[in-house]
Amino acid sequence: MSRKPYVRPMTSEWILRHSRYVRYMLREFSCLFIGGWTLMLVWGLKQLAEGPAAWAAFLQWLTSPASIVLHLLTLGFASYHSVTWFNLTPKALPLQIGEEFLPDGAIAGAHFAAWAVLSFAILFLAGAF
Amino acid sequence: MAISNKPIVWGPFAAGGTITAFLTPVLVLLTLLAALGHVPDLLAYDRLHALAGHWLAKLAIAGTVFLSLWSTAHRLRITCYDLGVRADTLVATIVYAGALAGTAASVVYLMRI
Repeated sequence: MSRKPYVRPMTSEWILRHSRYVRYMLREFSCLFIGGWTLMLVWGLKQLAEGPAAWAAFLQWLTSPASIVLHLLTLGFASYHSVTWFNLTPKALPLQIGEEFLPDGAIAGAHFAAWAVLSFAILFLAGAF
Repeated sequence: MAISNKPIVWGPFAAGGTITAFLTPVLVLLTLLAALGHVPDLLAYDRLHALAGHWLAKLAIAGTVFLSLWSTAHRLRITCYDLGVRADTLVATIVYAGALAGTAASVVYLMRI
């Protein structure tokens, strides 16, 4: 008995068919930059474990032009991921109080506020100012 | 009830999406400042080495690395499918194994600090 299920051919041209598909893909591609930066962090841990000279070499590599360009791209993509993620929170965490649902803006807004406070606190504690 | 491994792969993905949404931009900003020659105090060898020497910090760093890499792996898997790659089992094996390998490496390095 032979079975030949029909497999619909699929290409990637659909991405450019609509601007919302392009934005969707931009968000999905943010993972490459976030994951790439995390691997850089793992490499940094290795250098930190090896001693002051290895750590200094890591900080020196950070100042290379390629690193600066990658950092700027990563900052942009990571921020875009954060914004899209927090904009989705009203869908993921709807809050019902009595008969009413808390407005979407309040739920997303609370996340944006927490993000701002946390980011500012980390910059302050890390001595970035 | 059908047995599904979806919650196991999806749980860390959602947790990773949340933790990277909150933390990654500001952490990238810290290394970007260092890249531009304005090294934040925290990234000085003595201070960072002392911080990463604490077991609680090691746990937090390893946890962040795992969730970030797992989230990336899951996104990459879904994106491959979206782009028309139908070898899902192969893709899933490669990306999840990569995330676990990266986490294991971070644990090894943290143990040496």
